Amino acid sequence: MTGLSATADTASPQPVVLVAVILALAVGTYAFRLVGVLLQDRLDLPGWLRQLLPVAAAALLAALAATATLTEGGAFAGVARPVGVLVGLGLAWFRAQFVLVVVAAAATTALLRLAGVP
Amino acid sequence: MRTAERTPRLSLVRDVATIGIAMLAVGASFGAIAVASGLPAWAAIAMSVIVFAGGAQFMAVGMIAAGSPVAAVFAGLLLNVRHLPFGLALAETIAPRWRDRLLGSHLMTDESTAFALAQPPGSGRRRAYWVAGSGWFLAWNLGTVVGVLLGARVGDPQRFGLDAAFPAGLIAMLMPALREPRTRRVALTGAALAVLTTPILPPGLPVLLALAGLAVLLLPRRAWEWPW
Repeated sequence: MTGLSATADTASPQPVVLVAVILALAVGTYAFRLVGVLLQDRLDLPGWLRQLLPVAAAALLAALAATATLTEGGAFAGVARPVGVLVGLGLAWFRAQFVLVVVAAAATTALLRLAGVP
Repeated sequence: MRTAERTPRLSLVRDVATIGIAMLAVGASFGAIAVASGLPAWAAIAMSVIVFAGGAQFMAVGMIAAGSPVAAVFAGLLLNVRHLPFGLALAETIAPRWRDRLLGSHLMTDESTAFALAQPPGSGRRRAYWVAGSGWFLAWNLGTVVGVLLGARVGDPQRFGLDAAFPAGLIAMLMPALREPRTRRVALTGAALAVLTTPILPPGLPVLLALAGLAVLLLPRRAWEWPW
C-alpha cells in the first residue's frame, strides 16, 4: 500500500487499452501468487531451503515496511511518517496490542502533520 | 500479538478489523484518485477486484494518466514479483486442496502474508490467513466503490496518518519473527539494502534486493556478533 500521491487530470484512455492493462496486471499478479504456491509443491525442496523461506519472506516484508516508512516516490518521505512508525515500533517491541501499535502510529503522524510537520 | 494465544478468535477478528478499517480508507482514496485521473468507475472497481494489489494499482493509475499504459503493466508487475517467494513460504498454509489454493492465492498480499506468518504453523495459521485475506479483500473493494461514488469528497488518507499505519502494522506482525536473531540479521540487512537503493533503482527492485540479505547467513560466525 505504498504511493498514495494523487495524479494530474488527463483525458480518459481508450477502453480497449484499459481492459488490456487491467487484464495483464491481473493475470501477471495472479501468476506470481500462484507460481510460488505451485512450485513449492512440485519441487522437492531440501529441508534447509524450506526453513529459509519464512526468513526470505520476513526480509522482503521488512524491506517493504522500511521503504514505505522512509521513502515516497524514490525520495525521503518527510519526518511525520517515520516518527509515527517509530512510535508504533516501540510499542510493538514492548508487545503492545496490535490495535494500539497501528492506531498510535497513525495518530502520531496525523498530529505531527496537524502541527505543520511535513 | 501476544494475546493471540489467550483468546484466539476474538483477537484475530479485532486485529483484522484494525487493518481492515485502514484498508477501507485507502481503498476509498484509490477509487477517488482513479476517477479523478480520468479512469471510468468500472475500471477502478475491476482493478481492485481482479488485481487486488494496492501499490501496483496506485502506480498503474498514475502511469495510465501520464499516457504510458505499457509502462503501467511492466512497473506494476515488477512491483508484484515479490508475491512469488510469498507463495513459496505460504503454500502449506493456504490449503491442502487445489481448488482452495487457486482461490486462496488471490488473497495473498503483504499484509495477509505477514499476518499468517506471525502465527505458529498449523490450523491457526491457516485460519488467520483466510480470515485476514478475505476480510481485507472485502474492505479494499468496498473502499474502492465508496471512493468511486464519493469522488473528491474522500479526504487524503495521509491526513489521518494512514501512510504510517501500514508499515507500523507490518512491523508489528513481523515482530515475533524479528525476535529470532538469524531472521533479524537477514531482515535488517535486507531492509537497509532496499532503503539505500530506492533512490536509484526502479520501484519494485529495491524490495526484491532484500533477498540478498540472506547472504549474511553465509558469513563466518564471528562476524555475526554485530550490535543488532
